[in-house]
Amino acid sequence: MTGFLQRLFPHPLLTVLLAIVWVLLQNEVTAGMVVFGLILGIIIPAMTAVWWPDRPSSIRLGRMFSYGLIVIWDILVANVEVAWIVLTVPNSKLKPAWIVVPLELTQPEAITVLAGTITLTPGTVSADLSTEGHSLLVHVLHTDDPDGVRDEIKTRYEGRLLEIFT
Amino acid sequence: MNEIGDIATALCLLIGTGFVTVGAIGLVRFNDSMTRLHAPTKVGTVGIGMLLLASIIHSVTLGETSIHELLIMAFLFVTAPISAHFVAKVNIHRRACDTPPKPIRDETWATLNAPENHAEIPDTPR
Repeated sequence: MTGFLQRLFPHPLLTVLLAIVWVLLQNEVTAGMVVFGLILGIIIPAMTAVWWPDRPSSIRLGRMFSYGLIVIWDILVANVEVAWIVLTVPNSKLKPAWIVVPLELTQPEAITVLAGTITLTPGTVSADLSTEGHSLLVHVLHTDDPDGVRDEIKTRYEGRLLEIFT
Repeated sequence: MNEIGDIATALCLLIGTGFVTVGAIGLVRFNDSMTRLHAPTKVGTVGIGMLLLASIIHSVTLGETSIHELLIMAFLFVTAPISAHFVAKVNIHRRACDTPPKPIRDETWATLNAPENHAEIPDTPR
């Protein structure tokens, strides 16, 4: 029975996500739409299962949720800070810097989430990954303390991602 | 109820346009391609987010709730970092910015890891 369920839902999270996206696209919650969304959610993962042989085995959803909240809060705070920099700091006093973040994360999915988070929080843009994927290159708009920014990225985001992608 | 909705919509619109304007100002006034890249990432997050929130609140006050906008926000948040990442990679590839420091455990950055003979291909005109 579990084998059958696993074959029917090779990727249960994706099934739920596709159903939700479908209902949102239709912009109305009716039983028919939910059923059709679930049908899509069953067909699409089954058809595309070939393309993710090494997907992460488990993601802690609760921690992912709290991580999302933290990121949204950081985006809001950092936006105001960067808007202030844009409006007040003249070009000659701007101190952009490259930061090298050594990575403890190894899964490509986790590194992608970290890089996306860094880019979304204003003031930092993730620019490149090293050839073997052991460090991440980050560009900072304006900072006096590049090492501090690196440590904050490591403790605030990477530490949490390490717990999410076990 | 309607007044509260209208005021909230107007507030969100104002904050959103404010951030979009600041993003555009940043795009114009910074003088380096890498620092310029920081401006659009701001516009993409709070600016657009607030405009979409205004749209949601407005639709609720009109009595025809629409939450399409959440989807726009989600897709935007997923795709914006990727385009920023690629612009940054192009900058590094064309040496249009300061050379980044060496990575810590590996030889070099993925973008700079071009085979030697690539150096002989003439640059595209700038």
